[in-house]
Amino acid sequence: MKTEARPYVGAALERVEGVEKVTGLARYAYENFPDDLAYAVPVQASVARGTVLAADVDAVVRLPGVIAAIWHGNAPRLAPADNAELAVLQSDRVAYRGQYVAVVVAETLQCAREAARLLRIDYDAEPHDVELRADHPEMYRPDRVNAGYPADTELGDPDAALAAAPVLVDATYRTPAEHNNPMEPHATVAVWSGDGLTLHDSTQGVSALRETIAPLFGMPPENVRVISPHVGGGFGSKGAALPPVVLAALAAKHTGRPVKLAVTRQQMFAVTGYRTPTIQRVRLGADTGGRLTVIVHEAFEQSSRLREFAEQTTTPTRVMYAAPDRRTAHRLVRLDVPTPAWMRAPGEAPGMFALESAMDELAVACGIDPVELRIRNEPAAEPESGLPFSSRNLVGCLREGARRFGWADRDPTPAARTRGRMLVGTGVAASTYPVYRRPSRASARCEPDGRFSVRIAAADIGTGARTILTQVAADALRVTPDRVRVEVGDTALPAASLAGGSAGTASWGTAVVRACEALLEELDLRGGDVPAEGLEATADTAEEVGEQPEYARHAFGAQFAEVGVDLDTGEARVLRLLGVFAAGRIVNPVTARSQFVGGMTMGMSMALLEESVMDREFGDYLNHDLAQYHVPTAMDLPDVQAYWIEEDDPHLNPLGAKGIGEIGIVGTAAAVANAVHHATGVRVRDLPIRLDKLVR
Amino acid sequence: MNGETDITGAGGVPDPVTADLRLSVNGVPRPVTVDTRETLLDTLRESLGLTGAKKGCDHGQCGACTVLVDGRRALSCLTLTVTADDVEIVTVEGLADGDALHPLQAAFVENDAFQCGYCTPGQLCSAVGALAEAAEGWPSAVTPGLSAPPRLDETEIRERMSGNLCRCGAYPGIVAAVGQVAR
Amino acid sequence: MRPFTYERPADVRSAVAAAGRPDAVYLGGGTNLVDLMRLGVATPRTLVDVTRISSRAIEETGGGLLIGAGVRNGDLAADPLVRRAQPLLARAVLEGASGQIRNMATVAGNLLQRTRCPYFQDVTKPCNKRLPGSGCPARTGDHRNLAILGHSEHCVATHPSDMAVALAALDALVHVEGPDGARTVPMPGLHRLPGDEPDRDTVLAPGELITAVEVPHLPFAARSRYRKVRDRASFAFAVVSVAAALDVAGGVVRDCRIALGGVAHVPWRAEAAEAALRGAAATPEEFARAADAELARSSPLPGNAFKAPLLRNVLVRTLADLAEPAEPAGFAESEPVETP
Ligand SMILES: Cc1cc2nc3c(=O)[nH]c(=O)nc-3n(C[C@H](O)[C@H](O)[C@H](O)COP(=O)(O)OP(=O)(O)OC[C@H]3O[C@@H](n4cnc5c(N)ncnc54)[C@H](O)[C@@H]3O)c2cc1C
Ligand code: SF4
Ligand code: FES
Ligand code: FES
Repeated sequence: MKTEARPYVGAALERVEGVEKVTGLARYAYENFPDDLAYAVPVQASVARGTVLAADVDAVVRLPGVIAAIWHGNAPRLAPADNAELAVLQSDRVAYRGQYVAVVVAETLQCAREAARLLRIDYDAEPHDVELRADHPEMYRPDRVNAGYPADTELGDPDAALAAAPVLVDATYRTPAEHNNPMEPHATVAVWSGDGLTLHDSTQGVSALRETIAPLFGMPPENVRVISPHVGGGFGSKGAALPPVVLAALAAKHTGRPVKLAVTRQQMFAVTGYRTPTIQRVRLGADTGGRLTVIVHEAFEQSSRLREFAEQTTTPTRVMYAAPDRRTAHRLVRLDVPTPAWMRAPGEAPGMFALESAMDELAVACGIDPVELRIRNEPAAEPESGLPFSSRNLVGCLREGARRFGWADRDPTPAARTRGRMLVGTGVAASTYPVYRRPSRASARCEPDGRFSVRIAAADIGTGARTILTQVAADALRVTPDRVRVEVGDTALPAASLAGGSAGTASWGTAVVRACEALLEELDLRGGDVPAEGLEATADTAEEVGEQPEYARHAFGAQFAEVGVDLDTGEARVLRLLGVFAAGRIVNPVTARSQFVGGMTMGMSMALLEESVMDREFGDYLNHDLAQYHVPTAMDLPDVQAYWIEEDDPHLNPLGAKGIGEIGIVGTAAAVANAVHHATGVRVRDLPIRLDKLVR
Repeated sequence: MNGETDITGAGGVPDPVTADLRLSVNGVPRPVTVDTRETLLDTLRESLGLTGAKKGCDHGQCGACTVLVDGRRALSCLTLTVTADDVEIVTVEGLADGDALHPLQAAFVENDAFQCGYCTPGQLCSAVGALAEAAEGWPSAVTPGLSAPPRLDETEIRERMSGNLCRCGAYPGIVAAVGQVAR
Repeated sequence: MRPFTYERPADVRSAVAAAGRPDAVYLGGGTNLVDLMRLGVATPRTLVDVTRISSRAIEETGGGLLIGAGVRNGDLAADPLVRRAQPLLARAVLEGASGQIRNMATVAGNLLQRTRCPYFQDVTKPCNKRLPGSGCPARTGDHRNLAILGHSEHCVATHPSDMAVALAALDALVHVEGPDGARTVPMPGLHRLPGDEPDRDTVLAPGELITAVEVPHLPFAARSRYRKVRDRASFAFAVVSVAAALDVAGGVVRDCRIALGGVAHVPWRAEAAEAALRGAAATPEEFARAADAELARSSPLPGNAFKAPLLRNVLVRTLADLAEPAEPAGFAESEPVETP
């Protein structure tokens, strides 16, 4: 390990698990081999709505190598779950196509797969409804939307303000369903011993998973151990417990054998969550100088019959720009579709596509530079709550980005520049993401030989958490990082919040700092003497996190894109993407850059590539593999750059850090769409921007 | 519809067929008994304990399972193990020379060419193969002419590595790492 | 996957004999077959691995190149003879799939790969190609990537190969060995239109083994181009593609070869466009007229109507690039015109 002079927070430490990952020795969930292992392969419903009448499990268990075939008719009973998705094989109802309706367990993967293929299931199919429409008669207002926000907000008299506005933008934007598609498919190895259950699982949060799984099997959480040292990406989809992990535990219980289960890539399009499609109407009223007088942002989304997941699509609009009159609203319809869930920046990513596209349309309508337009609408305090911002540097990001990108001499005329056979254009959009912090525990321990270990049930899904916490601990303990070993990803460690909401560094960092401080205090009391059995201290941040003074805490950023659109084919490609972010203190510039760039790459992909196509006749996401659902290759984004403005924000946490995992995706799609408009004169309001929308 | 209508009748379900093979993996002979349906990826991961090669899609669409077969990069998820008894297989576990990392492995660490690490073994094996192909003068879709030997600039590296998806978006680091070793 | 026996015949004769058994199929690189077996679309009981007996040689014959059926796509595109004599073929192959897949895929397997129609690949849904008589949900469902030319009410699938488009343009001959002896099948002509038998992709009889592909010399094809349009910048099947070679003298088109990918059940030889071009002035107007002549035969569906203007633009542009060497390119920068 390279070590550098203190403070280590802010230093470019290499990923501590780097060598393990490049040598293939890092173990992911499926790569565990308890004795007497069996393989489980789930079977998915082939109707979108109806009941399972029969499953010919008897025929299948006679096949060579098959240990068991389980369906609701013979499945172990689970305790009732709050989340009906987790009542796996507990009823004969089919709520969406692709729902798990059975599982086959066999001695080998080949036998299990074949038996699952052969298992005959009869249904009573019912007509299904899988189409999101804004005028769907069953649209309703959810009580709250994700992350606990109110569904609707209103200030002043937006309707009157709209009627009076000298300049009006009224546009409807659509974003498709998108699937997280981490490279590692969700996987579990489940091992029962007595009434204890061990799960090697690809989860973003071991503690949360244990709290969810244990009660389903009628156990206290202590009886469940979840181990997850390395996770092959999640982007939200491994945040909450999902049907496959329950199914693995259930199959292991039923057979009395350790069982491993990996979701196939195709199955991931049904059972591991996705970003809801949205229909968003944005209305902006402004004076001729581009000063907003009114903002109205309404979103229509879907969820499944099983579970209400209402994404917080319009919440960033509550934060972004000043305007006296304003309204935001969410409407939801429950369809016969798979259950949507978190996907990187749920809410902010689609919501800011709409808002920031509309801002670009307003800039065009007013004849004002889009960077300047945003600066003109900078609020003094959080527009809806009136709370002061703990720090807000959107203007700084816009200015710095404009400078680095070379925005200054931009001619706003659309469809006016070619390079070879390509129309080129540039676009800008703003980003924002809230700062969350959640209670966590951690322990810090000192050995007589002067080495330290820090334990916390955090998750490193590729964010660099292990590395960052090593830096944080080294500073707090006032030692070099090579003397600190950080252990994460195991419920045997002090419980911690999950990797989500870009809250890892803030939440776990706080707990680690407090544990290290406590250890140093202990050491001080003992005059620096470490007993032979070592010395340990723990911390719990529940109280500290609960008592935060009220501030509006958000990260901000600005995204700049240059695109080229082929004159003949309409193929659009992003030639250059540049983001500047203000996200508090950056703990590690190497891993932070990778996080920003990774988010921006996904945002580019959202703009141009990604769409899960709902098949109306059959009711499933049709293009359910990586040949049909496109995520970027190395060729798709030749130039992506991330920069940041250091912020010294005393109102956050001991590290002064805001989250960085999600803001990179926010705003990117709008910047690209705005650039496509600048290049071609065509305003594409429904993502993704594929060639069929541009070819003439 | 799920399932087949008649799996018990005559001519119904054949029994699994197995074969005894001697594979050569990372220079070591590995005798195995395999089901003919087994892919090299599953044999490596489930039978031989070599879990470096990753399963990202199982259908040739992501590159995570890339290994070297007789020095050429190939997808182990679409290779039936029974077909691989007379070839030399190298996985990510076989790239380093003892404790000394392969130059590409070192360059990946140095350039932060990964986040979650799940695509990384496939990226590494693919890069080893791609560099060998370029050294032999193989053109790619972006090579300007077919007669002159290719120059491994950034675009060439990006195109040649395009069969390896990275959802974390670590491409800038990957391209830099491969470029560093190519020079 | 259904269990199967694996055989590695010693020569072509025994391969053909082995393939005569029920549910026996040849295995090439496996990049399509193993994929389809895992999906349950293909359920063979015997795999006859022909990779050890298929020729991996590329030889110059008097009239052209003879390419062994077992030549890997990667080796094919890298071969100095192919690069020199048949750059269109090399280019088309390089545009396909990924480096890894090209290293595995064989020439024969590439020709015989099956459609990427999403319904065909999902055994829980009907599909006339997979299960004759079950219906074609693509017609009313998602057919964005499917055919606009030569389709039938029974099937609107496209053939996904890039290589085959070049071979169709180049009048390749496919050498086949079957239970009844050897024969050659000309391209285009190997693949068939769906008609009312969409389950049959080609004119090959069961058990016929492709042993080689012969590509006749076509001196003017030294100036040729393969233009592939796709949704992703790399590693994606064609939305549409054009393989073209143009022989222009004194501003007049003396001869030309044009084949289209991503638009039909077969690699589509654009005969109407070719006929319109021969003897015509090498001008954008004439190129557009030729494109329209071809498109007059098309019948797009609602979800792929964009392919008509797209194809027209790409065809005109490709021909113009071939006629006008100095033309700078858009994304086609990556797909240069091959010049002698
Ligand atoms: C993710 C992905 C992306 C791809 N992208 C592209 C692309 O962009 N462009 C493109 O053109 N292709 C693409 N492909 C397809 C790829 O080119 C084909 O899968 C490959 O060429 C098939 O060759 P193979 O040798 O592996 O065939 P196999 O899978 O072995 O066989 C295919 C078929 O041919 C038969 N067969 C094989 N050899 C013979 C023989 N000698 N005689 C008679 N029958 C034979 C088999 O029985 C089988 O039916 C892609 C594939 C994948 C998986
Ligand atoms: S287009 Fe052809 S392959 Fe596709 S569903 Fe219809 S019949 Fe099947
Ligand atoms: S697992 Fe083999 S290519 Fe994805
Ligand atoms: S590092 Fe996570 S997919 Fe590449």
